[in-house]
Amino acid sequence: MAKGDPGGTTRSRRAAPRSKKGAAGDPELVQLLTPEGERIDSATGPDGTEYRVDFTDEEYRGLYRDLVLVRKLDAEATALQRQGELGLWASLLGQEAAQVGSGRALRAQDMAFPTYREHGVLYCRGIDPIMPLGLFRGVDQGGWDPNEFKFNMYTIVIGAQTLHATGYAMGITMDGKVGTDDGEAAIAYFGDGATSQGDVNEAFVWASVFNAPLVFFCQNNQYAISEPLERQTRVPLYQRAAGFGFPGVRVDGNDVLASYAVTRTALDNARHGQGPSLIEAYTYRMGAHTTSDDPTRYRIASEVESWQAKDPIIRVKAFLEKQQIADTTFFAEVDEQARRESVHLRERVLSMPNPEPVTMFDHVYPNGSPLLDQQRAQFNRYMESFEGSAH
Amino acid sequence: MATETLTLGKALNTGLRRALETDPKVIIMGEDVGKLGGVFRITDGLQKDFGDQRVIDTPLAESGIIGTAVGLAIRGYRPVCEIQFDGFVYPAYDQIVSQVAKMHYRSGGRLSIPMVIRIPFGGGIGAVEHHSESPEAYFAHTAGLKVVTCSNPQDAYVMIQQAIASDDPIVFLEPKRRYWEKGQVDLDAPLSDAYPLHSARVVRPGTDVTLLAYGPMVRTCLEAATAAAEDGRELEVIDLRSLSPLDLAAAYESVKRTGRAVVVHEAPSNIGLGAELAARITEECFYSLESPVLRVTGFDTPYPAARVEEEYLPDLDRVLDAVDRTFGW
Repeated sequence: MAKGDPGGTTRSRRAAPRSKKGAAGDPELVQLLTPEGERIDSATGPDGTEYRVDFTDEEYRGLYRDLVLVRKLDAEATALQRQGELGLWASLLGQEAAQVGSGRALRAQDMAFPTYREHGVLYCRGIDPIMPLGLFRGVDQGGWDPNEFKFNMYTIVIGAQTLHATGYAMGITMDGKVGTDDGEAAIAYFGDGATSQGDVNEAFVWASVFNAPLVFFCQNNQYAISEPLERQTRVPLYQRAAGFGFPGVRVDGNDVLASYAVTRTALDNARHGQGPSLIEAYTYRMGAHTTSDDPTRYRIASEVESWQAKDPIIRVKAFLEKQQIADTTFFAEVDEQARRESVHLRERVLSMPNPEPVTMFDHVYPNGSPLLDQQRAQFNRYMESFEGSAH
Repeated sequence: MATETLTLGKALNTGLRRALETDPKVIIMGEDVGKLGGVFRITDGLQKDFGDQRVIDTPLAESGIIGTAVGLAIRGYRPVCEIQFDGFVYPAYDQIVSQVAKMHYRSGGRLSIPMVIRIPFGGGIGAVEHHSESPEAYFAHTAGLKVVTCSNPQDAYVMIQQAIASDDPIVFLEPKRRYWEKGQVDLDAPLSDAYPLHSARVVRPGTDVTLLAYGPMVRTCLEAATAAAEDGRELEVIDLRSLSPLDLAAAYESVKRTGRAVVVHEAPSNIGLGAELAARITEECFYSLESPVLRVTGFDTPYPAARVEEEYLPDLDRVLDAVDRTFGW
């Protein structure tokens, strides 16, 4: 599904007739695939932008495959943590559509700035899912070269990466890489809790006044660890954008088609020089904040069940079946691929070696430090003093 | 050799101009750095000559300055950020300590953040609160950051260029009370031949006591040394220049000769640079010491009201008092 250029539109301020103002029951929500698997031809955002997708059957099947694989790999990581093989895991369960939809909407030249939960976006960028697992296993700091993968390192300090994305996007403009179809854009991922952070609000200001080619992609999964949305905001989050002077839209974050459409549109607007926008992907964190969390302490089972009915994968499967785009052979093959890839991931996690202790001194400074070199030498002498002893 | 008499502020301005000329990836960003030229005029005229894409007036948000500079650095730029006053750096502290300082480490050495964070620091200008602080210990304590400070126009001109050319993230502390002091600056000497950025320098040789200082206190110590010489005492003055990493080879050699060391800084004494210096000198020069390493510092209070800052700040008399006390053991 990474190929081709289906769906999305540049912003059009088309007045009536509107195909569909949001989704049934929630006029604020852009939705193209209902929880029951019914396709909606087009949906209109709050500023009149019309969203639609036009995928081939192969592309629909590709999105389904992405969703299943991302969920399976995530489940494997959760299992690895439960078995003591990872120190921590931040599961994306329930948010697959928001991440696959937005992740597949990125063009090759676009740059993403994730939090620590964007495993699905990472997968869509074509990055080996083993890459961030060193961080969670505790064998490294989880680092890579952001420019090599067009995907920044995971950022754990809440909201900090939105400023990095803004600066990067300013750099795109300074490099003259906006205003054409092959222009560049950046996307900043963050959550509902992060919208209370000063850094996120500063990023909104900066992106706005510098007209940065940037998409703010907020996955509103309803909880910041234990704190519900009501503790972060009195207005729908997408409406915050208006106060900063750029468009905001709320999309059904459990709908991969709508997530794709709004993100593709926002990115293309940005790369064409129309500045930043905010997407609020309305979704739900089905699991815990991380494996260290116990969500039964702060939310009730019926709420979780109501979101279970809006599952991002079930609706795509229902759609594929109803439209006869995929058959049981296909679904079985995807399941088998997911099983294979998760086994492969597990094997590689288990074979990750512990780092040599002295490597903790590496890469503190690009140009090194004499004092640190001294400390490293002292550490080596200390460690060598045990050689040959029983201790 | 084109040697000119410049103020320290103008030397910085000239060094920044040279850096902008040398590398098109160098950009300057901060509050009021454009048309106004900065509240201390350190960026005076630079936006006019290099444009508002390279000398950027930012929104009034320090975390935003540093955080967006991180993104620009990832994009390949070399941001030189101005924090308007020492006391306004704290809103950016998280970005500096958790992001700027750690990016290279977290990336396993694959990513560098070649950023310079310029901060006018220290007191002595009769300012209101939050405009006279000495926050160097916060940054020197943070692995991944380097911290330097200049004490004279020649060093200001060279060190700012060296800091910008370095791939390390560097906090560059400018002694604001010395901005208007003049000195000879050699504008033509190539940067490659310059004295190394992270090296201390003996600025006055002596035999009796070693004074260790940096930034605004170097001049204070030189004045103390001149006064002491009239009384027959020869004080050696070392300008540390680099606060992280410290370069103490010259200090160790000096203290082993003099047997006495006094550290002088404006920042409060508690857990300050002086404590670190005293510990290291004691460890390295223990058998040469005739007295404990003494500290002359600001007091452990918030920076006081301007009308009493002269009593708060170390001055010639307090330095000489400490020198006297080293002979009391």
